[in-house]
Amino acid sequence: MKDEVQTPEDRAAGLKGMGCSRKRVEDVRFTQGKGNYVDDIKLDGMLFGDFVRSPYAHARVKSINSEEAMKVPGVVAVITAADLEPLGLHWMPTLAGDKQMVLADGKVLFQGQEVAFVVAEDRYAAADAVELVEVEYEELPVIVDPFEALKSDVVLREDTVDENGKATDGAHGPRNHPNHIFTWEAGEEAETNAVIDSAEVVAEETMYYHRTHPCPLETCGSVASMDKVTGKLTLWGTFQAPHAIRTVVSLISGIAEHNIRVISPDIGGGFGNKVGAYSGYVCSVVASIVTGRPVKWIEDRMENLMTTAFARDYWMKGKISATKEGKITGLHCHVTADHGGFDACADPTKFPAGFMNICTGSYDIPTAYLAVDGVYTNKAPGGVSYRCSFRVTEAVYFIERMIEVLAIKLNMDAAELRRINFIKKEQFPYQSALGWEYDSGDYHTAWDKAMKAVDYDGLRAEQAQRVEDFKAGKTRSLMGIGLSFFTEIVGAGPVKNCDILGLGMFDSCEIRIHPTGSAIARLGTISQGQGHATTFSQIIASEIGIPADDITLEEGDTDTAPYGLGTYGSRSTPVAGAATAMAARKIRAKAQMIAAYLLEVHDDDVEFDVDRFVVKGAPERFKTMKEIAFAAYNQAIPGIEPGLEAVSYYDPPNMTYPFGAYVCVMDIDVDTGVPDIRRFYALDDCGTRINPMIIEGQVHGGLTEALAVALGQEIAYDEMGNVKTGTLMDFFLPTAWEVPNYETDYTVTPSPHHPIGAKGVGESPHVGGVPCFSNAVQDAFRAFGLTHTNMPHDHWRIWKTANDLGLHD
Amino acid sequence: MSKMHVKLKVNGREVEGLAEPRTLLIHFLRENLKITGPHIGCETSHCGACTVDLNGKSVKSCTVFVAQAQEAEITTVEGLANDDGTLGVIQEMFREHHGLQCGFCTPGMITRAHRLLQENPSPTEEEVRFGMAGNLCRCTGYQNIVKSIMAASDQLNAQKEAAE
Repeated sequence: MKDEVQTPEDRAAGLKGMGCSRKRVEDVRFTQGKGNYVDDIKLDGMLFGDFVRSPYAHARVKSINSEEAMKVPGVVAVITAADLEPLGLHWMPTLAGDKQMVLADGKVLFQGQEVAFVVAEDRYAAADAVELVEVEYEELPVIVDPFEALKSDVVLREDTVDENGKATDGAHGPRNHPNHIFTWEAGEEAETNAVIDSAEVVAEETMYYHRTHPCPLETCGSVASMDKVTGKLTLWGTFQAPHAIRTVVSLISGIAEHNIRVISPDIGGGFGNKVGAYSGYVCSVVASIVTGRPVKWIEDRMENLMTTAFARDYWMKGKISATKEGKITGLHCHVTADHGGFDACADPTKFPAGFMNICTGSYDIPTAYLAVDGVYTNKAPGGVSYRCSFRVTEAVYFIERMIEVLAIKLNMDAAELRRINFIKKEQFPYQSALGWEYDSGDYHTAWDKAMKAVDYDGLRAEQAQRVEDFKAGKTRSLMGIGLSFFTEIVGAGPVKNCDILGLGMFDSCEIRIHPTGSAIARLGTISQGQGHATTFSQIIASEIGIPADDITLEEGDTDTAPYGLGTYGSRSTPVAGAATAMAARKIRAKAQMIAAYLLEVHDDDVEFDVDRFVVKGAPERFKTMKEIAFAAYNQAIPGIEPGLEAVSYYDPPNMTYPFGAYVCVMDIDVDTGVPDIRRFYALDDCGTRINPMIIEGQVHGGLTEALAVALGQEIAYDEMGNVKTGTLMDFFLPTAWEVPNYETDYTVTPSPHHPIGAKGVGESPHVGGVPCFSNAVQDAFRAFGLTHTNMPHDHWRIWKTANDLGLHD
Repeated sequence: MSKMHVKLKVNGREVEGLAEPRTLLIHFLRENLKITGPHIGCETSHCGACTVDLNGKSVKSCTVFVAQAQEAEITTVEGLANDDGTLGVIQEMFREHHGLQCGFCTPGMITRAHRLLQENPSPTEEEVRFGMAGNLCRCTGYQNIVKSIMAASDQLNAQKEAAE
């Protein structure tokens, strides 16, 4: 076949492969309201489940009386821990190696804890009955402060102490107090202390990274359908890791794994909230088994904010040492981590504080030590990574604040301090003091580009003038310049050190080429808005020369998709994206043999050219992928079995380390505390860029979630353990009105170990954005003596900072 | 609770059904009529995922009783596509400018944008941001939503001019 019309460039463009801003294939459904989210699933005879929840943060449950509730027309069952106990399902394992009550087993440990599960014909009847379940509580002393918890005689978890009241060993080793969960360390303590003790300059700071919540717009939910005839359980739900859920359901329920089909339908945002296993999932399954009918459970917003998967809640104490010239010599970090009533953090098993040990950041810090103590309190369990890899947001916030604090101590410009401490390009792969091997980076180039783009020197001059004007009474507005340079660690991860509940964190892709040259691909991940169906098809298009538009991409059905660990921690592109490229390359290798046979030359005499194999030196002789696909199925080729498909399970050799340079310029009204974000510049380096449009969209979204966290979003408790921010009235989600337009930019430093050099981007803007917004607020007050103030910087707290500094006098 | 006879017009079609008077409009649409475009994100009128057009006004259907919508004319996102099934202008512009990610807020966003552009066919960016502030999005940071609506405004105005 001759193809004289199209140049290779034309042919490549027609594929809509990597590097182009392909429009999303998902959007045709979503813009017409044709998405299929879990609450859209409606099965014949389906019942609805709803929880009776504890109003107390710590109490004994003395009795539960469901007599009146059962009289409500339409109520089918009220399930309590006593009903679950014979099945061994009244407790369930958490992702962190702890266990958690599915329904209150004699006591409750946080406000909103699940006490009973009402099953009814519809959600109104269920809600009516929830009101009528009588629960008798005996209140117990409440602890919401982790430091107090470690001193208190009040034992929160009696199941974790021996008969003498002494703490038994936990999943992560010895515990030094009944309310202590673990101590986790990285680095060299003695050496770090020695360096800091003898240093020319030492800066210290304690900072609280407040508790917040991922709050996806769709809450969590599930639909369970147990088919008693076939013995098969189908479970739809808001699962960021459907395969892991299948395995976990099998292990805790005893149902054989082949009899469980888990389906993640469209997911309305995840951000970490939908990684964990929740009581609602378990109860919907049990209720379906008990009633023989499908059972749906959908939480409301208040339940979502109060009970499922909070994020952060880290008290971080740091010391950083340097020479007088500003060269950093050592870093010491201690974290007291509030994990709530059960340790349900979502972290790889060997990392109970996630990748907090990336806290040396983007800097060449020769000596460092980190210790994290996990603590039980009467708050909701969780500790997920809200739009970040495991605890990386905390780590990056810590180091990016410590740099600012050190700059103040040194009386140095914070941009310059960063520059002289960056890991240099030629140092990669870089071995960090806390145990990571950074794959690639070019920090100086990114930083210089950012500084130039914003005219950094000009901004500082303007700021200095503003301070003078303020002091002269000419203005009541201050100007803050927020800087951050972050290094993420994503793509968990190598099976040798990354697993969750023993499940290795590889991922997968299976590609089938149809005889006419179109294809279907399935992955072990699940999109929650990232546009996987669009971008992963682009990888395949570039790798094997089939137009992206001719590829169907599916995820989320464990009966059809290959096993994988799901989507969180920006792992889809680094891991499943790599699997996609590797599976495509297997297909390409077979296609090469078929092409050589068809062209009657040796395998080595053909080469791949965009969408075909050509005979080397004779480009007019070629076979297109379409022709090869047809031949693969329909032509008897000696020594080659029919068909054209491949599967790859990819175990990454290392994490990937995306990085970026952000600058925020903010004007702050000193008298109202209202910040006005005048400019936000974000340079991201996520390695090879698959779809620039989607990357930019991810950056906008991640920055907005960063703005929220830095400037007001928190899960706050009173001293009785009452959640004070349980609705969207109190829990800050920014609107279009509060959010600025962002300027995006990039450099490209491919990952050397990833098949296509991609690093992942979804979470970078959140990780880098939080310290950038926070630094902008704090920088505005640097000239007036502020060293550090805790987030969230809502209007009142900013006003208070100004007031404490005497700026209202 | 006894049920009432509900009659309304949804996306140009007369529909009827039985519902308890306390039934929320969003539940009637989603569960009785299987119109699942409008979503439930908060049930407290904050998020706007359930936004529908009711008698020419944007309302959050999670805080309207179906009894209040008796005989009303309702448009949901499902009613905003062209008759031949292709995307309407606002829908197309959201796709063109990457104005959505997970898609959960999108039906409410587009339905609200539809009404906003009826009320103000040529809004400034500031007016779009203000007019859309009742609809929350967790994915996009709004930048591309605003861009999509501004582009839809231009297209709709151009279409109108061409027709005149």
